[in-house]
Amino acid sequence: MQHMQYSPAIKGALFFACLIPLGRLVWFGLHNQLGTNPIEFITHSTGTWTLNFLLITLCITPLRQLSGWSWLIKLRRMVGLYAFFYACLHFITYIWLDQFFDVAAIIKDVIKRPFITVGFAAFILLIPLALTSTHAMLKKLGGKRWQSLHRLIYLIAILGVLHFWWLVKKDITEPLIYAVILASLLGYRVINSNSR
Amino acid sequence: MIIKKLLTRNSGLIQPSEITDQKIYLSRRKFIGTATRASAAIAAGMVMPGLLRNSHAATSLSVKKLSNIRKSALSTQEPQTPYGDVTIYNNFYEFGTDKDQPAQHAHSLKTRPWTVVVEGEIKRPKTYDIDTLLKLAPLEERIYRLRCVEGWSMVIPWIGFPLSALIKQVEPTANAKFIEFTTLHDPKQMPGQRSGVLEWPYVEGLRIDEAMHPLAILAVGLYGEVLPNQNGAPIRLVVPWKYGFKSIKSIVKIRFIEKATASSWMKAGPHEYGYFANVNPAVDHPRWSQAKERRIGEFLKRDTLPFNGYADQVADMYAGLDLNRFF
Ligand code: HEM
Repeated sequence: MQHMQYSPAIKGALFFACLIPLGRLVWFGLHNQLGTNPIEFITHSTGTWTLNFLLITLCITPLRQLSGWSWLIKLRRMVGLYAFFYACLHFITYIWLDQFFDVAAIIKDVIKRPFITVGFAAFILLIPLALTSTHAMLKKLGGKRWQSLHRLIYLIAILGVLHFWWLVKKDITEPLIYAVILASLLGYRVINSNSR
Repeated sequence: MIIKKLLTRNSGLIQPSEITDQKIYLSRRKFIGTATRASAAIAAGMVMPGLLRNSHAATSLSVKKLSNIRKSALSTQEPQTPYGDVTIYNNFYEFGTDKDQPAQHAHSLKTRPWTVVVEGEIKRPKTYDIDTLLKLAPLEERIYRLRCVEGWSMVIPWIGFPLSALIKQVEPTANAKFIEFTTLHDPKQMPGQRSGVLEWPYVEGLRIDEAMHPLAILAVGLYGEVLPNQNGAPIRLVVPWKYGFKSIKSIVKIRFIEKATASSWMKAGPHEYGYFANVNPAVDHPRWSQAKERRIGEFLKRDTLPFNGYADQVADMYAGLDLNRFF
């Protein structure tokens, strides 16, 4: 394990692995297995995976530093883009399946419901990060500016957890677990930058 | 193979009972049958909820039919939500906060023996045995809409009797202004009560005129059968013009009181849940809209109706009440 080397196959395998949550939804859909409230199931599944991919993205730097596998950085963009991909699915589910393009209701939701407001903010903030994720954009912006822009991911993840926290009716166990993981990932960075 | 033989009567020429002593055979048959069915149902439910949903037969082996059920003019004609959905998608925090958990865990609830204490401001306090309650009044089928505060709804053919029949029998005094209902509190039977997600036991309440309303029933069954545990066995309240959480399950105590007490959800979220909890599309939950609902089985959301479509029957009781304040 110490000498685990990068090979393009790792990236290829990861690419397909990241499609499993979507594949599972499609499979369930085709086999009538989405349960009693399928739209709720899809909303929750895509939301959960958006948050999972955000946190996995945030894991990569600590993991790279702790393991010394510098090649892990080569996977970060893809995982980050998958977070955006699942966020798009989640958002489309909401707009299409949940609200059925009822624009008035959607606008009202975004303004009036704090959990939707923060979820929406997180989604909007993800867009510039996805758009500037290419090498060309990195060059164009310059490393420093690119990096400060991409620090938005911290805010996005916080908004994502807050979104989850505010939407549960009473049982906050799951959002709490996400909050603890996110706090450790952010805490690691604070400690790391102070000790440099 | 053995299991299959034990499960099916007259399946072969040689009866399993001929080989095994009758009594052992019967008990073993019962055990294996229950165990197989339970594990098969749980496995099927986990892997593919859709399968259970449409196969009433998968679960009906273990439930009891109720007989001599009258129809009621108060029933709706709307299409009924399939049995499998009604019994697998439940909010019953005593068995966990996920909707599929009650169906998985509620087998630990023992519904016999079961008593319901009726006390407080009444002339005839009494502890009713559940089997006495079942014969208290003729059983009726009441097909009602159920609207959950979370924004989904079902149509359920309940079996029960008017709550007013019980109230009349115990003769409330002039001080009886409200009724408080209490669910069983026993973490051994109700594992969800080991978590502090709500204050236990679950408590709900009605104003006496609401409780006397012909639409309010005590339900003991659904779809012609004894109530499944996850739906609030052996006896529960059903008040169809209010959000589902008002219809308290697995009742052990009914107390007549002069001043209303706070319900479990009022204590959990005073700004979010009120005493009346009448279905009202115009009054949003602070965190989500109540204007629409998703009827289970339908794709598009439908408009939520005031008092869940029972306004003609119940709105009079709230004349002059500011429904924005008393939500
Ligand atoms: C980065 C952005 C977002 C993240 C990380 C995220 C994450 C989540 C998570 C984790 C859940 C709960 C899943 C569960 O209960 O298992 C959820 C539910 C939900 N999200 Fe998002 N979400 C995001 C953006 C949005 C946006 C933009 C909208 C709509 C405008 C939205 C609407 C919803 C809705 C309606 C629910 C279900 C609420 C309910 O069941 O009551 N989310 N989301």
